[in-house]
Amino acid sequence: MSSRDRVLGRIRRATAGYGAAPEPAVPRDYLRVHGVRTPAGTADLLAAHLAEYRARVHRTDGDGIAALLARLLAERGARTVLVPPGLPPYWLAEARATRVEDRPGSDPYELDAVDSVVTGCALAIAETGTIVLDAGPGQGRRRITLIPDHHVCVVRVPDQVVDSVPQALPLLDPARPLTWISGPSATSDIELDRVEGVHGPRTLEVVLLAGRAQ
Amino acid sequence: MSGTFMGMPGMPGMPGMPERSDRPDAPELPATPALPDFPAFPDAARQAVGDPVLRANLRRATHTIRDKRARAVAELADWDRLRAAGKAIKDHTLRHLDRYLVQLEEAVTAAGGTVHWAADADEANRIVTGLVLATGHREVVKVKSMATQEIGLNEALEAAGIAAYETDLAELIVQLGHDRPSHILVPAIHRNRAEIREIFAAEMGRRGRPAPEGLGDDPRELAEAARLHLREKFLRAKVAVSGANFMVAETGTMVVFESEGNGRMCLTLPETLISVVGIEKVVPTFRDLEVFLQTLPRSSTAERMNPYTTMWTGLGPSRGADDDGPSAFHLVLLDNGRTDTLADEVGRQALRCIRCSACLNVCPVYERAGGHAYGSVYPGPIGAVLSPQLRGTGSAIDASLPYASTLCGACYEVCPVAIDIPEVLVHLRERVAQGGPVTREGIRVRIRPARGHTAERAAMRAARLLLDRPGALRAGERLLARARRLRPRRLPGPGRAWTDSRELPQLPAQSFRDWWARERGDRA
Repeated sequence: MSSRDRVLGRIRRATAGYGAAPEPAVPRDYLRVHGVRTPAGTADLLAAHLAEYRARVHRTDGDGIAALLARLLAERGARTVLVPPGLPPYWLAEARATRVEDRPGSDPYELDAVDSVVTGCALAIAETGTIVLDAGPGQGRRRITLIPDHHVCVVRVPDQVVDSVPQALPLLDPARPLTWISGPSATSDIELDRVEGVHGPRTLEVVLLAGRAQ
Repeated sequence: MSGTFMGMPGMPGMPGMPERSDRPDAPELPATPALPDFPAFPDAARQAVGDPVLRANLRRATHTIRDKRARAVAELADWDRLRAAGKAIKDHTLRHLDRYLVQLEEAVTAAGGTVHWAADADEANRIVTGLVLATGHREVVKVKSMATQEIGLNEALEAAGIAAYETDLAELIVQLGHDRPSHILVPAIHRNRAEIREIFAAEMGRRGRPAPEGLGDDPRELAEAARLHLREKFLRAKVAVSGANFMVAETGTMVVFESEGNGRMCLTLPETLISVVGIEKVVPTFRDLEVFLQTLPRSSTAERMNPYTTMWTGLGPSRGADDDGPSAFHLVLLDNGRTDTLADEVGRQALRCIRCSACLNVCPVYERAGGHAYGSVYPGPIGAVLSPQLRGTGSAIDASLPYASTLCGACYEVCPVAIDIPEVLVHLRERVAQGGPVTREGIRVRIRPARGHTAERAAMRAARLLLDRPGALRAGERLLARARRLRPRRLPGPGRAWTDSRELPQLPAQSFRDWWARERGDRA
């Protein structure tokens, strides 16, 4: 008998006692959203929660994004910046850092040598201060937002921001690789002192970009 | 096939450890391994309680987390409803576990993954070792995983000539310190910064990049040393081993919650990813995650959300197209005592556990005894109910664990899936003291009462004898009242254990019956 059959057989014997007894339905009366907010209020909450976990939050619009990203990269002293496929070219039009295209064959050592990475996101969740990446256009592979020490993530406000986790899941495709990011890498393993930046980027900057997708 | 083993090497620095205790229930059971050389909980706890540094570390840590957790939970007005939903989702899944595991297997396979089934620890270790050897590599990086600790995977890999590197900071501290984890969430909670500095300075160089010269004990510096030490391993790693917090049956999606990014490193950079996951970690639908994504981080690290959560489904739709993530994914579904636990109608609720560790941080016994005393990778209240069910109550430590509690109920109050831990503890105490039917390795057997509880049962039988005979009881009481000057400080024989930690009560000058007869007898 295979282990598969053995385990499944044990489960069937163990659960036989349930018989035909009626089963209560899973109660779904928990809230879809915690609080009533305007879209602007939702964006403010996202910004506040991101900042609480030491992400740096910036706000701009279509006219200001190129200058803002150029400034953030310059302040960091970034000489190279990773650019995922599908990132709107005008975002980095004013940046001086050398663009490094993400390509499938690049090994981790190449990525380790890059200073910064700029991406978009799939969506952001205000109540938890979370951005979600799904490897879609402008986001690239999972590894490019992991190895460089400086990640700048652009969130379109309001159309990429939802209030809550229950609102977020139906918008995501589980078949895609999903990375949920809430603040920069952190550990509390040493006497529960929170330290930002262990293995993921030590600095997370989130740009809230006002206006609809172009 | 061997029985359930939960990797627990001998205890370093534990003097006065008794020899392996005889299995009290041996004749009526199939081979159930006793824990190797592990003392019963009271003996192990005595060491911890006598260590003031350990107690101070633990007290500060548990109180900090429990206070923060209470604030994080209070933020959600629907916490009780989320808790009820989490409980119901898990109960529903357990009731139809066979169906959901088969559905999961199909979904993972359809997405390019390979599913393996392991009935016990040995089999899981054999599968993983074989998979690693087949890659031709002899190093693996590991994400913190309770399941692989439970089966002693690192030891099995090392026996096969494969080096396993723990990459969670706390697990690294434990591994470099030749130590054992003492907390589910913060495995090195028993170590302070000075101890960690010593471990890093002494041991990092023996496993790779040494700690920087002149390393101080600031947490920031220590975390940086870990980053540098591990980065060389992440960048060159070809094989990774992980667990998972959840598996989604309908989609085949695996979910890992973490904070440091070591999980993301392991889950995305290597060519081969092997995940060892307990069968109880499955949930039916992707939507079900909306409950646990809200309750797990708040209950566990007291955050609205942990810094990183990774979800992947087999090799994904982009397999081969843009090389995002491993090119081979293996899922090892682990039983190792879980189906036996499922067979117990009271005890099966322990399988709802999502390993948040909130119950540890509120437990007055854990706070004083520390995690090591529980003799299992699952310490604290949940360990006290989970370990004796996964392993059986054959060893001294497992027979003592259901007593490692004051039954105060705080663990039940904080549990995000409402496991009634006190109820299970009482149920297991009854099993230890009275014996009875249990399922071991899928077979229904009867176990005898554990040795050491014979005196307890003899006392209860004597009490019944006496209480059924009022004359004898009265005579006995009078005799005791007259002998009250002779009251010893400690009871002899089997009663001694009781007086080890308690004062023997004063005997009254006369019994209540005599007092009643004298004061009110005429009116009766």
